[in-house]
Order: sequence, then C-alpha cells, then structure tokens
Amino acid sequence: MKSLDELKELRDKAQKDIQNRDTGDKVEIIVGMGTCGIAAGAREILQEVMKEIDKRDLDVRVSQTGCIGMCEKEPLVDVKMPGHDRVTYGEVTTDDVSKIISNHVVNGNVVDDLVVARLEE
Amino acid sequence: MEQSIYRSHILVCGGTGCVSSGCKEVQEALKDELKEKDLRDEVKIVETGCHGFCEKGPIMVMYPEGVFYCEVTPEDMEELVEEHILKGRTVERLLFTEPTSDDTIPSYTDIDFYSKQQRVVLSNCGKIDPEEIEEYIAKDGYEAVGRVLTNMEPQEVIDEVKDAGLRGRGGGGFPTGLKWQFAADEDSDKKYVICNADEGDPGAFMDRSLLEGDPHRIIEGMIIAGYAMGADEGYVYVRAEYPLAIDRLQKAIDQAEEYGLLGENLFDSGFDFKLQIKKGAGAFVCGEETALMASIEGKRGMPRPRPPFPAQKGLFGKPSNINNVESFANVPYIMREGADAYNSIGTEGSKGTKVFALTGNINNTGLAEVPMGITIEEIIYDIGGGITEGKDFKAVQIGGPSGGCLTQEHLDLPIDYDSLIEAGAMMGSGGLVVMDEDTCMVDVARFFLDFTQSESCGKCTPCREGTKRMLEILEKITSGEGEEGDIAQLERLAENIKSTSLCGLGQTAPNPVLSTLEYFRDEYEAHIYEDNCPAGVCEELTGDYYVIDEDTCIGCTACVDVCPVDVISGEQGEAHVIDEEGCITCGACAETCPVDAISQA
Repeated sequence: MKSLDELKELRDKAQKDIQNRDTGDKVEIIVGMGTCGIAAGAREILQEVMKEIDKRDLDVRVSQTGCIGMCEKEPLVDVKMPGHDRVTYGEVTTDDVSKIISNHVVNGNVVDDLVVARLEE
Repeated sequence: MEQSIYRSHILVCGGTGCVSSGCKEVQEALKDELKEKDLRDEVKIVETGCHGFCEKGPIMVMYPEGVFYCEVTPEDMEELVEEHILKGRTVERLLFTEPTSDDTIPSYTDIDFYSKQQRVVLSNCGKIDPEEIEEYIAKDGYEAVGRVLTNMEPQEVIDEVKDAGLRGRGGGGFPTGLKWQFAADEDSDKKYVICNADEGDPGAFMDRSLLEGDPHRIIEGMIIAGYAMGADEGYVYVRAEYPLAIDRLQKAIDQAEEYGLLGENLFDSGFDFKLQIKKGAGAFVCGEETALMASIEGKRGMPRPRPPFPAQKGLFGKPSNINNVESFANVPYIMREGADAYNSIGTEGSKGTKVFALTGNINNTGLAEVPMGITIEEIIYDIGGGITEGKDFKAVQIGGPSGGCLTQEHLDLPIDYDSLIEAGAMMGSGGLVVMDEDTCMVDVARFFLDFTQSESCGKCTPCREGTKRMLEILEKITSGEGEEGDIAQLERLAENIKSTSLCGLGQTAPNPVLSTLEYFRDEYEAHIYEDNCPAGVCEELTGDYYVIDEDTCIGCTACVDVCPVDVISGEQGEAHVIDEEGCITCGACAETCPVDAISQA
C-alpha cells in the first residue's frame, strides 16, 4: 500500500461487494417468487436483474416476494424508488429487464406499457 | 469473492459461542441446500465473528432485508432457503422473540439487546467476514493508518489519543496517550508494541470475540501505536486456548502483509512495521505486563518489580508499550473520527464505550458494548434481559477475580472507572458475572480465591502463602468448620496481601473476599455461627434429605414423577412423604413443587 488513493480504490471496489448489507433507503427491485412466479420464469428474471445491476454498477436492493394474487400476470417485477409509488410490471421477459432498469431505475421514467399496477407510497 | 455481485448475503455467526452451539453444521446444511436449489451463484454465505448474542446462537442475518434469525438448526435450512431465499417470505418461527413483550422481531436493529448498545469497537463484529481484508477495508479499514502515516507527526498522534481521553481497557484504566508518551520519549534504536490478549478472567470473552470478529482493527491500532512511539515491531500475546482467534489473526496478518499494510515503507512514509503472534500457555499471571514480556522472551512467566517500567526497559530490555486488545481496537476510530467525536461519548473521567461479557444467571448471555456511564441496571435488565427463571438479582461480580461484587443498592451506579473503584469493585477487563438469589456469596468468594490461588506464580510470599491461607479459611467456613476469629483473620490477611504483593494478581486477589465481606457479612456469620448456608449451596451446611410439609402439600404427585430414586410416596390428593434414608438431596422435588411445600431438612 503506497498511498491513500490506492486504498480508496480498493475500498470502492470492496464496498460494492458488500453494498447489499446496507439496509438504508435505496431503490428496491422486488421479484415475485411465489410458485406461480417461479413457474413463469421468475428465476431467470431475477438473474437478469442481477446481471444488469452488476453491469451498470448500481446500488439497488433486490429482494423477492411471494404470490400477490396476480398469477396471470407473472413474472411480476416491482420497482420502488425512495419517495415514489411502488410500480408493478407484469409479464416481464428477460429482454424487458434492461429496459425497466435503464428507463425507470436509472432515469426515473416509468415504462408505461409494462405497468400492471401502482401502489401509492 | 468469486463473483462480483450476489443478490443476497447470508451472514452466519462463526464466533466460538456459536461454534459450540452448532453453527458449523448449520453452515454445511445451508451450503448443501443452496447447491441443491442451484442458488450458489446468487447467494453468498459469509462467516462472521461474534454477533454478541451468544445466548441465541447459532445466529444468521439475511441481507438485503436485514432479517435476523436465531437458534437455527441444520434441519431448518431447507425451509429457510425455500421460503426466505426463493419465495421471499420471512420464516416467522425462527425470528427472535423479545422476552419482555413476546413480540417477534424480524430486524436486527430493533431487538432490545442491540438497540440499547452503542457499538464503536464492535461495529464490524458480526457484520463482516473477518477472514477477508477487503471487507474490513470496505468499512473504512486502514483509512486511519493511511491518514496518520501520510499526514501526521508521531507527537500529533499521541496528542490526539490523549485528547480523546482513552484509558486502558485491560482493567487498570491508565491513560493510553500518556503510556504512549512514556515510550515515545525514550531514545532507543529498537522499541516494541505489545498487545495483551491474555484474557484469562473466568467469564470474560471480549478480547477473544474482537480478535475473532475484527482482527484487522487490532492490527491497525497497533501500527498507529508503533508509528506514534517509534516502534517497528509488535507482538500479540494470545493464549493458546483461543485457537480460532489465533487462526483468524494470523490470516489477517498474512493478508495485511500481502497488501503492504504491514512490512516496509508503509504508505510510502518510510515507516516499517512487522507483527507477530506469541502464543501463551495460559497462565493467568502472564496477563501482568512484566510476566507477559518474560514469557515472550522465552522465560518462565513471572512478574518483576517495577521500576524500571516497560516504557524504559521492556521486552528484550528495550522500551516497550503494552496495551489491551480493546484499547488498540479504539485507536482507529479515534484517528478517523477525531478525539472530539470520541470524547463526546462517556463520562467526565471515562471516555468512550466499554465492551462487557454478560454471563451467569442472566437471560441474554453475550457481549454488549455500552457507553461509559450507563448504569448496571440498564446493562442487566435492558440489554441482558434480566435474571433467568424470573429469579431475584443478588449480586454481580465485576472485574473478574480481581474485582468485587456489587449488589442491589448499586444497580443505579454509573459504570465508569472511578465510581467502580469507589464502590469497592473495578472495571477489570469487562467480565460481568450475574448472580441470582440462590447464590452463596461465601462460595463465590471461595471460587474466585481458588482461581487466583492456583494461578499465583509463587514468586512473592504474600501472594503464594497468603492466598493459600485465605483459601483454607474459606474452605473451612463453607464446609461448616468455621469458627470465631475467621473473619478477622481473613480481613487481616487480605490487607497484608493487598499491600505487599509484587504484582496486580496478588494485590487484587483478596478483592472478592473483601467485597463479599462488606456486603454479605451476614452470610459469613450464618455459616460460622449458625451452621447454615442461607442460599442452600454449601452441602455440609444443609440437611442430607428433603422433607415435605404435610399441611402445605396438595398431593399433586408432581414430586413423585421427578424423583430419580423413587423415595416419595403418598396417595393422590393426600400429603406425601419422603423416605429420608434413600433421599439423595438432588432437590428436583423442591424445584417442581407448585406450592413450595418441600425444603431441605
């Protein structure tokens, strides 16, 4: 270790690895993982979400939820930005994931044509 | 770190407490289950150090949600992975239930045991993998040493520690900054920094948990100390009975060397520092600094008279500075956050926090870090969850075998160095042994004296002979042979041993006797003059069979069911009788009796 900058570089990288242990306010992506969700391919969606987050180097909390009753529309993906409504996207495909993340999570623009519900904060 | 990103981290406690309650098996079962469900690439298992809540081990914390599961078993893993990881549903039955309110609490930070603590030294314990230096660095680790080496003069470092008001956490409470100054002021070609991790008090495990849970913090503290006083070499003296602590510390040292955080020319400052572990063979006296240094030198671990003090003539005859594990662990925080941030915590004379090990008859056995000045009542009841089985609090032994006991009347005493001394106890390293109404205080004094007596190194006569004589008298009293004059003799011996022993071991050995004599003299007197042990502990002073009071007995037959030797007889609904010939005085009947009709004859 030769300088504080070198340490900082190492720290930034290391922090990314443990950022999901920070339970503070941040963007949340919730994937429906009830039996219905899993049957409709939620696992692949979840893996795609993780890949996309990694690629874009985002600090997002990814969690799962059980069946919420809209089995018809699975796979369901919710995006919850701090201070905004929780938006539910339905019948999400792996191709939609990058669109949802770039438009909604990064730029704050809801992808209207995929929305199936909005829950007020 | 095989993969750069995981959706979930499962933190499994790997402290010694949880290892003994089965965390290794839990971790194996968890791994198998994740493999089974093809989740190994999505979920990372992190083995951490002690979370402090040893009573509830094995402990797991699930991220990103921060859900806290306790007392988990390998059999729980299938459900846990299926429900929590796959379906995102919390497994209610594995959550913590607050004993005071019966509420289940999902989140780590909302549990009383944690929410009433202030974690400075333990901030990383249970949150990071102690075997990955990157995780320590992610938590701002080695930032302090980087700033110190690149921006500060050694004297500035010492001044900062002085301003912070840090006092030695090993028990004595000597100002750490001043100690560093003494070593810094010596002119020498070689100096040493030594970390005293020879934690040996019965019931104390703060230092072990720190070394196991956050070893880099201690390394960082020691490098800073070395720079401040001009020492380029350090030793950590750890007892060999702490294999996990030694293993993790060695890994930490190796990793720090790999990253150039130990070795030559650190941060391009020209400062070199190397560190090594010395394993102690477990003699209590080696916690005394001169004995500890003798032990490192390969000699028999015995103390020597001071002066010369270690700062003048220490290890291998060179100026040396010895601090306790927890003292070093405070240093990175002080240097990173500044003296003012540190000394805003605590009381006038005692700054910062203190880690206590809660043991004995207390619900939440474990480690608690609290700001100085908190009361004993807050620690025992708010954090410790009160006395087990709803019994009454009797006393707490603070400071281990060198300390004293405090009673009901001290519950509102603020815990800091000075008020504890005033009350006849001492901070010690931080062991808190809580005792309930069924504890015999004479027996407690005998226990601690038995410990110090067998740990006395034998070099000086007052300690070698005096503790032996005191122990003999205590054994006499607890076996029913006590006689007039014993108490006076104990007091005389105690004063002599205190004032004439060579080192701290002897000087403090009589403390448990003196403080129990002060607060529980009537118990000693009952043993000697009435042939009675009020707590019913000392066998020779209690009857050799139990009797049932026939007026109180309701004939429920509960005692008949528990008696291991089947000597209780009687019809249902009528008074029962114990055959005194066959009774083995196990007390099982008395414990189970719903109307307290059974007592020792």
